[in-house]
Amino acid sequence: MIGIIGGRVFDPMNGINGTIQDIWIKGGKIVSQEEVDPQKARRIDASGQVVMPGGVDLHSHISGAKANAGRKLCPEDSRRLIRARTGFFRSGSGYTVPSTHLTGYLYAEMGYTTVMEAASAPLVARHTHEELQDIPIIDKGVLITMGNNHFIMKCIQNGEMEKARDYVAWLLEASKGFGIKIVNPGGVENWKYGKNVQNLEDEVIGFGVTPRRILSALARIREELKLPHPPHIHGLSLGRSGNADITVETIKSMEGIDAHFCHIQFMSYGGKPGEFPKSAAVKVAQAVTENPHITVDVGQVLFGPATTMTSDAPFEFSLSRKIGAKWVNNDLESESGGGVVPLTYKRNDPVHSTMWSIGLELFLLIEDPWRVYLTTDHPNAGPFSGYPEVIRMLMDRDFRAQEFEKIHKKAMKNSILPELNREYTLNEIAIITRAGPAKRLGLKNKGHLGVGADADITVYANLENKAEMFAHPAWVIKDGEVVVRDGKLIREQLGRTLYVSPSYEKAIEKDIRAHFDNSYTVSFENYPIAPEHIGPSEKLTCD
Amino acid sequence: MTLQNRNGDKEASPITLRLKEPTSIPIEADTVSPDHFIGRSLKDIAALPVYFGRRKRNLGDVFHIEGEESDQVIVEGDLAHVKKIGYGMTRGRIVIRGNVGQHTGACMRGGEIIVEGHVADRAGIHMEGGRLWIKGNAGHLLGAAYPGERRGVNRGVIIVEGNVGSETGAFMRRGLIVVMGDTGEFVGARMIAGSVFVFGHLGKRAGAGMKRGSIVAFGACEPLLPTYRFESVFQPVFIRVFVNRLRQWGLPVNIERTEGLFRRYSGDITALGKGEILIYDSNE
Ligand SMILES: [Zn+2]
Repeated sequence: MIGIIGGRVFDPMNGINGTIQDIWIKGGKIVSQEEVDPQKARRIDASGQVVMPGGVDLHSHISGAKANAGRKLCPEDSRRLIRARTGFFRSGSGYTVPSTHLTGYLYAEMGYTTVMEAASAPLVARHTHEELQDIPIIDKGVLITMGNNHFIMKCIQNGEMEKARDYVAWLLEASKGFGIKIVNPGGVENWKYGKNVQNLEDEVIGFGVTPRRILSALARIREELKLPHPPHIHGLSLGRSGNADITVETIKSMEGIDAHFCHIQFMSYGGKPGEFPKSAAVKVAQAVTENPHITVDVGQVLFGPATTMTSDAPFEFSLSRKIGAKWVNNDLESESGGGVVPLTYKRNDPVHSTMWSIGLELFLLIEDPWRVYLTTDHPNAGPFSGYPEVIRMLMDRDFRAQEFEKIHKKAMKNSILPELNREYTLNEIAIITRAGPAKRLGLKNKGHLGVGADADITVYANLENKAEMFAHPAWVIKDGEVVVRDGKLIREQLGRTLYVSPSYEKAIEKDIRAHFDNSYTVSFENYPIAPEHIGPSEKLTCD
Repeated sequence: MTLQNRNGDKEASPITLRLKEPTSIPIEADTVSPDHFIGRSLKDIAALPVYFGRRKRNLGDVFHIEGEESDQVIVEGDLAHVKKIGYGMTRGRIVIRGNVGQHTGACMRGGEIIVEGHVADRAGIHMEGGRLWIKGNAGHLLGAAYPGERRGVNRGVIIVEGNVGSETGAFMRRGLIVVMGDTGEFVGARMIAGSVFVFGHLGKRAGAGMKRGSIVAFGACEPLLPTYRFESVFQPVFIRVFVNRLRQWGLPVNIERTEGLFRRYSGDITALGKGEILIYDSNE
């Protein structure tokens, strides 16, 4: 039993905005005061401090095939952050792609308690889960890439929507996934022929379907399966000048169906293809505002080293050619593809400076904080350890202006950032870093401090420097256990893997088995991951 | 080499570290550097951390330490397993009396390290300034880059009186490496700029993937890679300028060779192709 006494509580989901109140914990859950014996409870004095639910990151690449390819491709990244073993805690290394245990420590030390791995092909999900188990403290889940899946595209081509729906349900259960991820629908398949898709009507080679049909089919399937999280979409033409038009068109193409668009900073460029990108943040922010069923995360660029890793294999190829960097390409049979390219974002690079500015513009232009979430698409636009710096830029106009003065002149000239005076409040920060993402992920017990919620709580010293404040919370409590005390990690424990298991027509397995016999390197029997294989877990209901 | 600074001023007596007992356990001694010693009493210096294998110890547990506050440091004993001496140093001088382990003078930015014996691999790796003078032989990756890095040494001078291993000066960005003896393979591989002078035998595949920079072979040399193209025979003036300075430093450089003709090969045409390998031809 723990009582967090006298803190200023920010719990936007329950409409609590900075009120002084006590939070009580029992059995890993938040309970009402009547349920605890205040004499016996351990009391944490939070007076003068800020109390929020534990942070929730809904898009971060921390585990699996791509993270490992990044580690192998970039041994230099290991030298940028090295932590020795101390007492109970393991050693680790890696700045943009930290090793497994270190990833858990770094998130926990920053007050984050739930993280969604943003993409794994189902074929390599076993590896993704094995690594997730080695990431301590935080709860986690995996979004499963489906936008270039042969079986699904075949079903769409033949108009067999029920079959596609049953397959998606089977695939989520087999891979112990949390939701549907769509990456450059059709484009990754076409890349296998050295091509890509340029717009929503382009044909996917060999399937006769289009990106538009893939997107709408998967969005409808999500509705029918009642998955907690809507399709998580990385659209077309990522990183290309002029891609804002297609981003807006894709947002509109959802026609009122729920969808989440990830790292839209990378999708909000004006200008002509191949030329210098201009900010199209206004256009994209407006489209987001006008389509209330759409949510986004930003993918804010941080200056310094990054490692780009995405299932968007053609994008990684063109990036590696453009900057002359090392490159890994990955082919995932009939499911997907992928690539990894290291990159350093520089202030004196006009393109990188423009990307930095576009991210902040999007944060400030999208007025409803419930529909925009803080991410750096870790480690694509920068490591998650940079979130506190982003928070400071959002909350502190003067600091933002100061940082703006340091970017490349050409980027400055094209930016509307100096005209945006908005400053995020603590309540809004609580929304974009925990309440909003938790709500969008459909996690009913997370992102809030109401009775019955998981006791994942972060207590911050209320500092003037918001970067400092959010980088080193004084207390972090996970499942009712104190893991960070006085800013220091003191406890390592296992987190849970969150997954869904929607019901489906078992007859589909006959067709899937035939598909495996024809086109997979693994057998149907060896493909599904058993629940006991993923360690401590929590199955979310689909209703 | 005596411990006198360039102005000939009298100096405080140096700090001497003597390894207490020989060991095959690797010791990570990156705190052995004038930067860490300046402004510290002997007691404080003895309390600096070192890793003895996987255990954290104090410098005083591993070395006998004596002398008075100074930026002049002498290290003695069987140091073959002592790593990272002078790591990142910016000033002063370290004299190592004997053989020394890996990463000696890695990332150093100023000052001088003199090794009276041999050094193991990765000496002067990622160096950014100062001078590393090795009287014996050096191992592999002398003045090179750590795995995955795209740029290695960026300024500074490395002199080896003996032989060196493979990948000397790989990924070098700026600076000078002088090898009086023979080299292993891949000297100046993927070099971006800078100079490597080899007075002994230049090993195979020198300058593989080199963008810019100069590799100068004063002695014999293995056949070059097919991606190097013969350009001309000439008498480069810059070599004389360099060699004059080397002689001033007291290196026994054969003056006749430096005034002779050199065959110029340009490459590596699989990369940018603006690099050169100069091979001593004759003094005709
Ligand atoms: Zn991503």
